[in-house]
Amino acid sequence: MALRDGFFKKKSGSANKAVDRIKFVLQSDRSGLPPETLERIKNDIISVLSNYVEIDIEELDFNITKAPSEGGALTSALCANIPIKGLKRTTVDDKVHKE
Amino acid sequence: MGEVIVITSGKGGVGKTTTTANVGTGLAKLDKKVVLIDTDIGLRNLDVVMGLENRIVYNLVDVIEGTCKIKQALIKDKRYPNLYLLPAAQTRDKSAVRPEEMKQLCEQLKTEFDYIIIDCPAGIEQGFENAVAGADRALVVTTPEVSAVRDADRIIGLLEAHNMKKMDLIVNRLRIEMVRTGDMMSSDDVVEILAVNLIGIVPDDGSIIVATNNGEPLVGNESKAGQAYMNICRRITGEEVPFLDLNVKKGFFSRLFGRK
Repeated sequence: MALRDGFFKKKSGSANKAVDRIKFVLQSDRSGLPPETLERIKNDIISVLSNYVEIDIEELDFNITKAPSEGGALTSALCANIPIKGLKRTTVDDKVHKE
Repeated sequence: MGEVIVITSGKGGVGKTTTTANVGTGLAKLDKKVVLIDTDIGLRNLDVVMGLENRIVYNLVDVIEGTCKIKQALIKDKRYPNLYLLPAAQTRDKSAVRPEEMKQLCEQLKTEFDYIIIDCPAGIEQGFENAVAGADRALVVTTPEVSAVRDADRIIGLLEAHNMKKMDLIVNRLRIEMVRTGDMMSSDDVVEILAVNLIGIVPDDGSIIVATNNGEPLVGNESKAGQAYMNICRRITGEEVPFLDLNVKKGFFSRLFGRK
């Protein structure tokens, strides 16, 4: 039974959901910023980048994580993984040139 | 000079006291001279988990207030030649001790013992401040549950703010079957979230309950949890010990042939 359960149920489990939920809640715990503020930071970053490149918002990953700094102590860091679909045809540079 | 280790978690009920009892007893079995201190004033329990509840005369608050000498308050565990317990007071509260006093006590005990193991109360208030004040390193205990992991993260942040020199993580009550079926976070998941060095994985094991019923820590016996605790003790002393094969999401063939 255990074998079969393990074989079929692996992906439907709730552990992944737990991981996602903790990661989300720790973002605001660690930064001391309320979730809405984090959401606004994220949207601002997206909007700035969108001036230059086309972003895959579905695949975007935005996290406050802890990583060892050079001294070895853990520090909070904003880690964003933002996939770029392609360059925008009209970049800000072009606009400046035209003007 | 001995080392002061605080066992902490933030959340209650994840196994701090059980861990303290087993780590302390295990280190004594490795021929280290060990004293356990229960800092959960008002809610003492390390004495019953250790099976030493009938031998208490003086307690931590008596020592701090100078009612007795340290040696008078230390209960010698007759089962091990090198193991002592300093119990908490039951009729007082956390404000009976100050962090500075704990620091002094730890400094004194360091000259006499190899390891001073401190059982920290749940929470982040004065009891926590007292417990971590004199500690050189911390063992953070968590279980693979969202509430416990969240609180562990908070505790790790506070320990960093206290400039704790060394922090290690114990993932307690892991249920291997549930990890395999994807319904429990693995120790890898927890380590990734908390970004702290893993020093031990203790499986959920009914023999822990039996051991607590009997007041006899199971560290070092043949049970999975007993082995896991002994491995933690060896790692504390600096030995490199491979992790028990508990947590591995096994491949199809090893699952077919590798299981008993």
